[in-house]
Amino acid sequence: MRGILNFLGVKGIAVLIGLGFTFVLLISFIDTLGSEGEAKSAEYALHKEARAANLPSDGPLGRFDNAQLQRGFQVYKEVCAACHSLKYVAFRDLAALGYNELEVRAIAQQWAIETPTINPETGEAATRPSVAADRFPKPFANEVAARAANNNAVPPDLSLITKARVNGEAYLYSLLTGYGQQPDPAIVANYPEFTTPEGLYYNPYFPTVNLAMAPPITADGQVTYADGTPATVDQMSKDVTAFLTWTAEPKMQARKQAGLAVIGFLLIFIGLTWGAYKSIWRDVKYQQ
Amino acid sequence: MSFPWAEQYQPKNPFMQWMDSRLPLPRFVYNAVGAGYPVPRNLNYFWNFGVLAGAALAIQIITGIVLAMHYAAEAGVAFYSVERIMRDVPAGWLLRYAHQNGASMFFIVVYIHIARGLYYGSYKSPREMVWLLGVVIFLLMMATAFMGYVLPWGQMSFWGAQVITGFFSAIPGVGETLRVWLLGGYVPDNAALNRFFSLHYLLPFVIAGVIILHIWALHIPGSNNPTGVEVKGKQDTIPFHPYYTAKDGVGVGVFFLVFAILVFFMPNLLGHADNYIEANPLSTPAHIVPEWYFLPFYAILKAFTIDFIMPAKLWGVIAMFGSILILFFLPWLDKSPVRSANYRPTYRWFLIVLAVVVVLLGYLGGASPTPFIIGLTQVATAYYFMHFLVVLPIVSSMEKPLPLPNSITEAVLKGKGGTSPAHSAVAQPAE
Repeated sequence: MRGILNFLGVKGIAVLIGLGFTFVLLISFIDTLGSEGEAKSAEYALHKEARAANLPSDGPLGRFDNAQLQRGFQVYKEVCAACHSLKYVAFRDLAALGYNELEVRAIAQQWAIETPTINPETGEAATRPSVAADRFPKPFANEVAARAANNNAVPPDLSLITKARVNGEAYLYSLLTGYGQQPDPAIVANYPEFTTPEGLYYNPYFPTVNLAMAPPITADGQVTYADGTPATVDQMSKDVTAFLTWTAEPKMQARKQAGLAVIGFLLIFIGLTWGAYKSIWRDVKYQQ
Repeated sequence: MSFPWAEQYQPKNPFMQWMDSRLPLPRFVYNAVGAGYPVPRNLNYFWNFGVLAGAALAIQIITGIVLAMHYAAEAGVAFYSVERIMRDVPAGWLLRYAHQNGASMFFIVVYIHIARGLYYGSYKSPREMVWLLGVVIFLLMMATAFMGYVLPWGQMSFWGAQVITGFFSAIPGVGETLRVWLLGGYVPDNAALNRFFSLHYLLPFVIAGVIILHIWALHIPGSNNPTGVEVKGKQDTIPFHPYYTAKDGVGVGVFFLVFAILVFFMPNLLGHADNYIEANPLSTPAHIVPEWYFLPFYAILKAFTIDFIMPAKLWGVIAMFGSILILFFLPWLDKSPVRSANYRPTYRWFLIVLAVVVVLLGYLGGASPTPFIIGLTQVATAYYFMHFLVVLPIVSSMEKPLPLPNSITEAVLKGKGGTSPAHSAVAQPAE
């Protein structure tokens, strides 16, 4: 060992190791040159880029529109809640949407699914009406029940859905409005094996373009908005996207507002430190 | 340990005099980061990044300690406890986003700090020890960041832990046993989560300890400078305080500005959407990708695609760890007597290509693996190893450096402190 070190030196050994790595990479590279990439799948060819939802909460100055959030909540309640849980959100959180305490309590109490509890006398499993402090009760007791009721697919929890998908707001809005399209025949012609299996629905915004969720928002006027806004499919989709943006990031507005103040503070701070730096260095830099 | 002309600590306040003769802690601080530390007068803004890395560590420790008061390291509730922090803990969202993006800021400034050391030859004699301790800090940071990313127990946490601990199974013979022993199970679960949390809390303090050694070792020869020419006398230096504390103040302000833009306006920009889905061992994400700061190393791991004597996976793991371990040998691979790349016309270009290659590897590490991407990764990885192991030893012994300024002061008076060779050397070859 010592003999080799003396003969080659650190540099010689380094050069040998470097050439060794490079040789292995070279044969890997030749192997790569010979390989053909996987052909683009039908899913890849048919998948479409999500369209922006253009919500009022977008951008550094974006704010939630409470009227829209309330409409979106109504869509969630009347359409989505039958299958999708919202387990990280509590009824009390709805106060941020502009509901007063009595309204929040009423929403909790009248929620279609009750909160699990035990019978105080027998100890058996039971349910009770929710109170404001409860989180939204899950529509299915467990994953098995969810699969059994949904053609073996589990409806995901929606609390974080707009953060749990890439470009989540646009994805959700596009998905909800993306049903009813037919795959481009010119593309399908290249993929004769492509079909939409029984029990799945074609939607070009879904990563694998066929998904188990039946079209949830199907017709204008499916929900009757209390504020008189025309309930088009597009409007309902946008509103529920806004609501789920809020459930994923309820502190977004506070965050952005705090951010503006912090940035203003820091700009002043930088100005002062810059001035201090220039003043302290005034006599130093190019003389002495 | 310092220059003979360093200012001496002379407390005027009677209490400080009393203190100084019993526990000279103020003297220690004065000599370390106060007026008692003479620093070359020509440092540019790249010399801010050591202080910025210290600031980033402080942010991580402070936010981390408070987060740990609310976080629950138990696989069944870890994800939920993070959501509690985001929704119900007062300013919890701020703590959590600051910690999450603070890790990215830490890596950004440390990468610039390392790049500065490479460019200006700060690893060379007599500062080898400073460099070696710095590489140790970098390795500790990587371990800490990896384990921290597992704690929220999202999909990418879980599958990242699965992939990274899988590296150990590449070791022939004992690999799988070692992996199971390290994880405390066959897959990442509660045992792994708990030990990761324990170590994630411990390692930052180990890092703080090594930073003290790093600064101690730095103070023996004193700071390097953009010319790479040693300090020759008092006229070459100025006291750290107030000159560099003031300059670092500006840097800290800009650092916090970038940090604030990330935390308050794009907190999830550098994260992965999949990590907002709770860990599910039965559902593998479509793309398992590490955090951005690991991507160049991840690309090196994936560059080896052929079994040659050893399995491709083992080659990848050796190369990935090797790509960092090489840095330990750097002071002995580069024997050029000239430190600053400003005066090394050939090596300078190789170094610039290296920077481009590392950024490119970062991109390639996150891209989906088509043959083109894999081929490019292999070429870029080959350059990385060639640069350190072949180019550097050869160029450093063959290159003819540009004429160096006689002293820091001469460089300062002539131009811009040696920051740009156009002013100090190339433009005046006759001197």
